[in-house]
Amino acid sequence: MSRVLEVSGLKTHFFTHAGVVKAVDGVDFTVSKGEIMGLVGESGSGKSITGFSILGLIDPPGRIVEGSIRFNGEEIANAKEERLQNLRGNRISMIFQDPMMTLNPVLRVDTQMIEAILAHEPVSKQTAWERSRDALGLVGIPSPEERLRAYPHQLSGGMRQRVAIATAFLNKPDLIIADEPTTALDVTIQAQIIHEAQKLTKKTGTAMIWITHDLAVVAGLAERISVMYAGRIVEQGGIDDVIDRPLHPYTVGLLGSVPTANRRGQRLFQIEGMTPNMLALPEGCAFGPRCHARTDACGLQPSIEDIDGRSLRCFNPQRAAEAVT
Amino acid sequence: MSDVTTDNALSAGEPPVVETPFQRFRAEFFESRIATAALGVFGAIVLLAVLAPWITPQNPYDLAQVSVMDGRLPPGSEAFDGYTMWLGSDGSGRDLYSAILYGLRISLTVGLASGVIALLIGMAIGLVAAYAGGRIEAIIMRIVDLQLSFPASLVALMMVAALGKGVDKIILALVIAQWAYYARTVRATALVERGKEYVEAAQCLGISRFRIVFRHILPNCMAPLIVVGTVQTASAISLEATLSFLGVGLPQTEPSIGVLIANGFEYMLSGRYWISVFPGVALLLTVVSINLVGDHLRDVLNPRLKK
Amino acid sequence: MTVFIIRRLLQALLVVFMMSVIVFFGVNIVGDPVYMLVSPDADQADIEAAISRLGLDRPILEQYWLFLKGAAQGDLGDSFIFGEPALRLILHHMPATMELAFSALILAIVIGIPLGLYAGLYPESRMAKGIMAASIFGFSLPTFWVGLMLIMLFAVELRWVPATGRGDLGSFLSIQSSLFTLDGLSHIFLPALNLALLKISLAIRLTRAGVREAMGLDYVKYARAKGLPMRRIILVHVMKNIMIPVVTVMGLEFGSLIGFSVVTETIFAWPGMGKLLIDAILQLDRPVVVAYLMIIVLFFVLINLIVDILYSILDPRVRLQDQGA
Ligand SMILES: Nc1ncnc2c1ncn2[C@@H]1O[C@H](COP(=O)(O)OP(=O)(O)OP(=O)(O)O)[C@@H](O)[C@H]1O
Ligand code: SF4
Ligand SMILES: [Mg+2]
Repeated sequence: MSRVLEVSGLKTHFFTHAGVVKAVDGVDFTVSKGEIMGLVGESGSGKSITGFSILGLIDPPGRIVEGSIRFNGEEIANAKEERLQNLRGNRISMIFQDPMMTLNPVLRVDTQMIEAILAHEPVSKQTAWERSRDALGLVGIPSPEERLRAYPHQLSGGMRQRVAIATAFLNKPDLIIADEPTTALDVTIQAQIIHEAQKLTKKTGTAMIWITHDLAVVAGLAERISVMYAGRIVEQGGIDDVIDRPLHPYTVGLLGSVPTANRRGQRLFQIEGMTPNMLALPEGCAFGPRCHARTDACGLQPSIEDIDGRSLRCFNPQRAAEAVT
Repeated sequence: MSDVTTDNALSAGEPPVVETPFQRFRAEFFESRIATAALGVFGAIVLLAVLAPWITPQNPYDLAQVSVMDGRLPPGSEAFDGYTMWLGSDGSGRDLYSAILYGLRISLTVGLASGVIALLIGMAIGLVAAYAGGRIEAIIMRIVDLQLSFPASLVALMMVAALGKGVDKIILALVIAQWAYYARTVRATALVERGKEYVEAAQCLGISRFRIVFRHILPNCMAPLIVVGTVQTASAISLEATLSFLGVGLPQTEPSIGVLIANGFEYMLSGRYWISVFPGVALLLTVVSINLVGDHLRDVLNPRLKK
Repeated sequence: MTVFIIRRLLQALLVVFMMSVIVFFGVNIVGDPVYMLVSPDADQADIEAAISRLGLDRPILEQYWLFLKGAAQGDLGDSFIFGEPALRLILHHMPATMELAFSALILAIVIGIPLGLYAGLYPESRMAKGIMAASIFGFSLPTFWVGLMLIMLFAVELRWVPATGRGDLGSFLSIQSSLFTLDGLSHIFLPALNLALLKISLAIRLTRAGVREAMGLDYVKYARAKGLPMRRIILVHVMKNIMIPVVTVMGLEFGSLIGFSVVTETIFAWPGMGKLLIDAILQLDRPVVVAYLMIIVLFFVLINLIVDILYSILDPRVRLQDQGA
């Protein structure tokens, strides 16, 4: 399989008054053509910043301080703005979390879709309009002509998110970064949207990074999963492997907090403690203070290792698995 | 975003150095060099105005000390009595430096007096509204909104048109033009405080309204009132100067800075700029320095805007 | 809705009535105009004749009643000085004031919005800091003082434009205005700039705050993620959101421009109704003062009324609140 995206050693830091926030601090992963990869982690773990780094949308006081982002073989970390602008919305699209906030309230839907095409292709407005209409049809929007003429506030949240998804697919990108696109929607709509997105990736061969804090969402959607904690990937592997047999204590914890059919009746497991303060991470393993499987070794920083066809950042993978079962 | 990170830093970092709120306020205020300089300039202006009788070569309103022979002398000229008129003299031979310091006394008195009185009245009315609630509050706030829909300068102009000239009348006009700003400030605090849970809890416990007004609303509206007060005082000084310049404010017998500028206006087109310009600079320094202090006070006292 | 409008109308009427009481009694307590109008060596008979001619011998309540009766018929009394109906005098001076206020408003928008946009986009730049410092000055400098400086600089020193008066009038679409002749434009430039100064500062601040807020919002980030050029993001996405509130607020300032023109007109000897007012106050020409103030009150009440009604149509929450109170 050809690799669409290869991220290695990515570090994106924010230089604030209060100190340096290492929002992304050494992230490696790859995404292949047509693959959906889930990027999972608690709030503040650096998922969105990873996505924005790929698009080159990190604003001061933040910047990519280290690492490489290869897109179709081309290095795009800290690439020229011109080049990035060319890729954004064209080869790499992004869908944001809150559909109520992402569409511009004073511009009609057609304006906002057509401009996404015209920014990258010298086609006529008419052609662009037709393509927008067809794209809306593809994500299951009834009477797309009418919707095109609407202002965002005339559409429901689910409808707006479909518009955003349709827009993301407009230029047939190689990669779509979907940043928690269903978190703000209610459960039935969420399922529909996930379904539409999955269908479209299959159809177009677009690769996708699906960011979420909800393991249940990616379980049925992604092929591979990367779990992030405090700016680093702690576990990465095939979705079934990871879900059936999590090796990292944090993943175990995340899974424990998801109610699933086969563990019905069991007490939901919660990860203890607070999400870490990104300005003052503990020495050694960042998950240490909240970890059940902690040993003396954990006073050092675990590095990422390949075990059983997956990547793991933990000194005591076995103990972790035992702790829950 | 940054709020969150700061909070985190406080909760998890080393224990913060114990500081009284006032020390913290002082430290933050003097962090801004511009505001510190502005405060210094304003302090100097007040000092000069207070000390005027002891640090000026003449009392410009003692006719025995003023000589028409000295009229319209350019800056740096020597007066008939031998001292140097560093800023020149005006049409009737007054040393401008002396006239400006004496003028500042009047301008500052009018501005500060009207500022303080308007603050007290506006605050009292705002508190009464907050205390009474219901219909009375609604009526008071309607009046406040109504008045605020007119620019203060227009209200002041109407008032002087109705009241006539004189220090007392100008102060009255300025108070009438500005009280509503303070009442609105108190009201805004009252709305916030009332919405807070602890006040709701207090109400449930049957603690009197009186207590709510004086324990919760009054202390919390002090900071915004101070900010509004600085800005309104600057605007009062400037408004008085404007009215006096137009000839409808203070009379010639009470020559504030505005009156001095007006007197110099007729000489301006003939190139004797200093008679108007120097008093103008004094006015400018006063108003701008107060505004800069007020601007920065707003930043320091308003936690919402804090970085 | 109708109830709401009727209520507001009644309130407006009440305000106008109250103001008429305040203004009339206020103005009529001050000074005695007879001594200004009758020559110093006039004898008692002359004075009494003048008093009864002007109606000053009647009880003040009766004077007020006559004033009200007249006002209801559009007659606000005759000017003591000119012997003309005060209302006609004011209406005669009104176009000059309107023209000045209108020019100032346009100047404020045309100068203030681009400067505010720049300051909002590059808040850390030296130029932006300069703009903001200038706007603080714009807010704190007394209008009349700036007027003096403008005259000194542009009219006395540089001799670019005339210092005072209104220039030749031109006629366009049967509207008479000095905006239509070169001489007229050269006369109006300084006073309009002077009057606009405060509003330029206001426009700068409003625009800057709006731009800074908008730039941090999701829809701007989303527009960037679509790969739109910065020009389009700023001119279409940001400006379109900001222009509506900024221009609305600026429009609302029209009333205050007319109020402030009193100062500017006096300095620049601009023959508008503001200068008329100051002259009338100085000469104790009561009917003109009263008529001016009544017209201004009416003007403001009308503006507020229109704004209230417009808002209540646009925002249903306002209506509900009003019913609750
Ligand atoms: N502009 C910024 N300045 C300072 N810190 C920032 C900035 N933006 C993000 N961060 C920090 O970067 C960290 C990662 O943020 P990010 O938005 O990637 O989290 P996330 O995993 O997407 O969480 P969520 O699920 O809440 O979206 C957070 O701790 C956040 O505080
Ligand atoms: S390295 Fe140690 S502390 Fe960190 S997750 Fe593994 S067992 Fe827990
Ligand atoms: Mg996020």
